[in-house]
Amino acid sequence: MKRLLLAIPVLFGVSVLVFAMIRLIPGCPAVAMAGVHADAQFIEQVRRDLGLDRSLPAQYGMFLGDLLRGELGRSTFSGRPVLRELAERFPRTGELTLASMGVATAVGVAAGIVSSTRRNSPVDNLGMVVALVGVAMPVFWLGLMLQLLFSVQLGWFPATGRGTLTHLVLPALTLGAASAGIVARMTRSSMLEVLRQDFIVTARSKGLAERVVVYRHALKNAMIPVVTIVGLQVGTLLGGAVLTETVFAWPGLGRLLVGAILARDYPVIQGGVLLLTVTFVAVNLAVDLLYVHLDPRIRYVSRGGES
Amino acid sequence: MKGNGTAKQAPAPTPTRLALRSLRRNRAAMLGLAVVLIFSLAAALAPMLGLPDPYQASLAQALEAPSREHPFGRDELGRDLFSRVVHGARISLTLGLIAMAIGAAVGVPVGALSGYWGGRFDLIVQRLVDIILAFPGTLLAIVVVTILGVGLDNVMIAIGIASIPTYVRLARGSVLSIKEIGYVAAARAVGGGDGRIVFRHILPNCLGPLIVQSTFQIATAILWAAGLGFLGLGAQAPTPEWGTMLSRGRLYMRVAPHLTAYPGLAIFAVVLGFNLLGDGLRDALDPRLRKV
Repeated sequence: MKRLLLAIPVLFGVSVLVFAMIRLIPGCPAVAMAGVHADAQFIEQVRRDLGLDRSLPAQYGMFLGDLLRGELGRSTFSGRPVLRELAERFPRTGELTLASMGVATAVGVAAGIVSSTRRNSPVDNLGMVVALVGVAMPVFWLGLMLQLLFSVQLGWFPATGRGTLTHLVLPALTLGAASAGIVARMTRSSMLEVLRQDFIVTARSKGLAERVVVYRHALKNAMIPVVTIVGLQVGTLLGGAVLTETVFAWPGLGRLLVGAILARDYPVIQGGVLLLTVTFVAVNLAVDLLYVHLDPRIRYVSRGGES
Repeated sequence: MKGNGTAKQAPAPTPTRLALRSLRRNRAAMLGLAVVLIFSLAAALAPMLGLPDPYQASLAQALEAPSREHPFGRDELGRDLFSRVVHGARISLTLGLIAMAIGAAVGVPVGALSGYWGGRFDLIVQRLVDIILAFPGTLLAIVVVTILGVGLDNVMIAIGIASIPTYVRLARGSVLSIKEIGYVAAARAVGGGDGRIVFRHILPNCLGPLIVQSTFQIATAILWAAGLGFLGLGAQAPTPEWGTMLSRGRLYMRVAPHLTAYPGLAIFAVVLGFNLLGDGLRDALDPRLRKV
């Protein structure tokens, strides 16, 4: 509960910041909307329609009021309501982000466990090299190379677009690769940490099968930092989605946003940035709540120490 | 693994020397250092290497495949790709360094004072950091570039700004962890001012994590800048910036894949180099990790 309350000032701050940032973008939105060739009178009218003649606090008040009513304005480019535009695009970005999160978690945790149980073996070394490579690879470049290999050369998967499950494979792999590397490294070090502890020695000395020790005892305890990392990766993934969508012509929020930035479409930029940020905040909140489930020792009642 | 320091014939090893020795024994870190050095040298010496002019177009030979004279081939305007990639190192490394420096120059003092003073200042700074960290990092950089306008300088500033919160958190945490140690109290008792205590006595002892973070930060900055260039928000057309080159090159990916392959490989290599070095530095500077 307390966590939920703490998110409110953050969201309020985010709204102020987004509002301020949009006002800071040079160039008058009224001119952008009315067109370069519009006469002064028409521009003035658009200015008044947009409320740009009022004071900044008044404009913020209007903005916040609209926001709470779910009114995000209309795209100055397509004329469609921003909310509808976002509602159409968001699930597609969600689909991509979730799929790549699935890739990152499944591959990362599996590789991390294998590495930690065969510490310093060739498998461990290879796994960690691959993880490092995944982290250092620019997401858009990896996407292009996968396209080149699997679409142009082998013809296994479509290079661009969205629709069937095969369309999702390359973008999800591309976006998930870096996070998979990070998750793998985190899982490995967290597992190694846990496997050293006394209760693992106890479990082993009780004669439990190694499989039970690793999966039942160690893994559950090692997952806490991993969950944090996965949660934080959502921010990276949402940011990376902008690039991945551009590479694969995936019609999601990222491409909408890039297009809006290049076209100076303020309402869409504003709405898109807000939506992505609120999503990130919500996911981190969910992660915080998940801790309590994973680790009963954590209770959000008193003010804890430094995290 | 414990036999690390058995032969103690060396005269009292200082912590720095211990760290350096550990770093030198770390093969991955040495590889990273080598990569970073090669790219730094290429960046510093690019105009003196006798390479073809990276801007000299030669349309007749556009998209030429790699050959002995042109090891990376030619780009869509017939410019020598190897020369462009080498000159790109100059751009990317400078950018990475400056963006990192902006983040550290603002973030470290603010974070350090925030940790040292505590109280209301700390509260305000931390809430601000919370708000900025609520934005996915790349997204924040994109938005700041939109505000400042497209271009290389602005990319540098945007990425610098986006990395401030990381430094604030790190510096604050480090200061909190050592400000109660005796020697700080001693410095205070002697009558040292806050600024003097923080910057002369506390921060020098937090350098380890800051150096490690900065190494990673350069890698991140290079990666993000290339991403912004790829989106068309960074360096503009003729500039041999790796991300910008990639976004042009992908148009010819089917006929001339070398246009996309080499600039990307360069980004990958330099980022990997900094990451390996950063990992090694972290292990070397943290006595608890210094085994194995």
